[in-house]
Amino acid sequence: MSVALLEGSEAIADAMVAAGCRFFSGYPMTPFTEVLEHMATKLPEVGGTCMNAESELEAVGMAWGAAATGTPSATGSTGQGLSLMQESLSEATLARIPLVVLNMARAQGDYWQATRGPGHGDSRMPVLAPMDVPEAITLTQLAFELAYRWRNPVLLFGDYYLAHTASSVDVTRVEHAPLRADDWALTGATSGTGNARLVSPLGSGEYGAESSYADHLVQCAHATEAMLAGIEPLAETGFCDDADVVVVAFGTPAKYVRAAVTRLRAEGARIGYVRPITLLPFPSEILARAARGARTVAVYENSQGQMVDDVRLALEGAVPVQFIGRLSLDSSGFGIAPDLDGDYLRDRLLDVLNVDVLNVDVLNVEVLDD
Amino acid sequence: MTDRFLPTALPPVEAAHLVDDFGPSLLDVAEHSLCPGCGEPVALRAILEAIEDVGAAQRTIGVIGIGCYTAFANSLDIEVLQALHGRAPSLATGAKRARPENLVITLQGDGDMVNEGLQEVLHTAARGERVTCFMLDNGVFGETGGHMTATTALGQRTKNTLDGRDAEQHGFPIRVSNLIAELDGAAYVARGAVNNAGNVARTKKMIRSALEIQEAGLGFSFVEILTMCPTGWFVDTPDAPDYLTSTLAPVHAPGVLKDVTL
Amino acid sequence: MTTVLTRGTVVIDVEACKGCDLCIDACPPRVLEMTVHEVNTRGYRYPRLVAGCTGCRACAQICPDFCFQVYKYEQPLEIPVLEDLS
Repeated sequence: MSVALLEGSEAIADAMVAAGCRFFSGYPMTPFTEVLEHMATKLPEVGGTCMNAESELEAVGMAWGAAATGTPSATGSTGQGLSLMQESLSEATLARIPLVVLNMARAQGDYWQATRGPGHGDSRMPVLAPMDVPEAITLTQLAFELAYRWRNPVLLFGDYYLAHTASSVDVTRVEHAPLRADDWALTGATSGTGNARLVSPLGSGEYGAESSYADHLVQCAHATEAMLAGIEPLAETGFCDDADVVVVAFGTPAKYVRAAVTRLRAEGARIGYVRPITLLPFPSEILARAARGARTVAVYENSQGQMVDDVRLALEGAVPVQFIGRLSLDSSGFGIAPDLDGDYLRDRLLDVLNVDVLNVDVLNVEVLDD
Repeated sequence: MTDRFLPTALPPVEAAHLVDDFGPSLLDVAEHSLCPGCGEPVALRAILEAIEDVGAAQRTIGVIGIGCYTAFANSLDIEVLQALHGRAPSLATGAKRARPENLVITLQGDGDMVNEGLQEVLHTAARGERVTCFMLDNGVFGETGGHMTATTALGQRTKNTLDGRDAEQHGFPIRVSNLIAELDGAAYVARGAVNNAGNVARTKKMIRSALEIQEAGLGFSFVEILTMCPTGWFVDTPDAPDYLTSTLAPVHAPGVLKDVTL
Repeated sequence: MTTVLTRGTVVIDVEACKGCDLCIDACPPRVLEMTVHEVNTRGYRYPRLVAGCTGCRACAQICPDFCFQVYKYEQPLEIPVLEDLS
């Protein structure tokens, strides 16, 4: 590949193809729509299939069916569409289907849906949250590797900005472990052998012919536990070593927060940031380490505050946590946030620094207020 | 007079050849927990034997819905992809598109297909998906113990239509085969029954035709199979075949509704 | 004493039977009869065979519990039976 100016949705599509994705199904919905458009063009060029599903229910079902044959597959929508898919995603997890799921979300109110999902039962879905197009290219490919390594759906959590921002990028294939499914996938080859394969959320008898549904659920729980322990939590941190205030944000807003923090640092404020990249598993240890010594941790989200719960859980009361975000939308409600503005965020963070005005010698805020 | 009865514990000592084994060969474990007189194992046998008849035993993927028949998922000797309630046609679509060389079938009940997932089968048919969907239609949710489905006949008693299904209160039954036959993507649509040996033979022929349509790549194929559910119908097992004839069949009339090869 | 032309026979897996009776009506020559008092281990009545089976497979095809194995004799038998006293 070579460097090209690509919208995020096209870069993600290219990254999926580069990762080996050969089946995609989706239903149009802003801001996910363009990913579907690009997959509809790109997959046939590599011998793959893109299905214009009649609803999100069909979309996730088709992807499940293709994935069960060992064909690297993906589907997606926005949070609303993913709500429709939750039943299937929950059971696909119990059926141990490797599937990449995109949420090109509107704002950030789908954090709980993503990290507490996929839905009913005791299943989990790892969540990767890129902040920009270049990172989406690598995380999209990582999603396939994780999905296959752990035989579990993996969610890529993007947003309107990610889908629609054009960046100069090089969609290079990331070398990852081969997406192998030959020891479980359905190809018809074991039919009529007396030992035909079964891929089922109800259990496939792989723990012995007499194994029960309960046995299956317990085994799935063990697999989930191993998966969450086995996936390295990822986060970016900056300026945290001597930070008095640590700001936590994820996804596109984190890029703006990072810029505001960097600016305040240059202005002399002892402020740092942590940007969780894996939302599940949540980078709790990285965060706890980064916040050590800080007097407050401020969480910015474009929502009423959801990740803030995970931040509190990670810090276990060691540092006070405050929520400094709010829902910020343009009139369409699709995800353009007026709050994602350097000056606004700087002011917002100054408010946080001012809360700690008791320690003026550390913060040096008088200078900043000029 | 016990001596009227012939010994049947062992194969005959006289020269003879086997013409039908206990269960179909694509069923690993014949024993199951379905109720006495259930029509679903009868239909399943016909489907499995037809798969062998068309020579697809070694390349079939069966997508199974949620109902009493789900109990067979573990004991079939065809690869099984277990679907959610109502969602089998989409999974079958994904599997078939990914592996066109496979014979892909679905097995669903009326509750699964017509109640929970009606849009799935209609869209799959409209797409002309090269899969074969089988619907076991007994007009009740058997697994929950006999509740009304979308195919329940008017007047039929179920646990939540104790005085019989009443159009004013419960609406009219859906004839899903007829709906599917209207769709251009459907190449073969038939409705059979397993309430007597003759109907079983006719239904098996329909199943074979449907599978051959898929193998020929002619489009979507569909066979609805009326099955007995004496438990959910609250009738004695010997009376269930006649109940099917008098209650379900008048609404869901058996026959070939569409065959593009004719 | 008369004889009945018998072209086939069945093996019946009595223990698999759930006593549904479907085979009784399905059998064209009507050579299957349910027990009245005898039951299998699970308490179900089960079918027994009298002379006259044609090996047509109807019982096997209709049986929900896969209780029948059907054979056709290479040479039809003439099975002697008592006069029908019923």
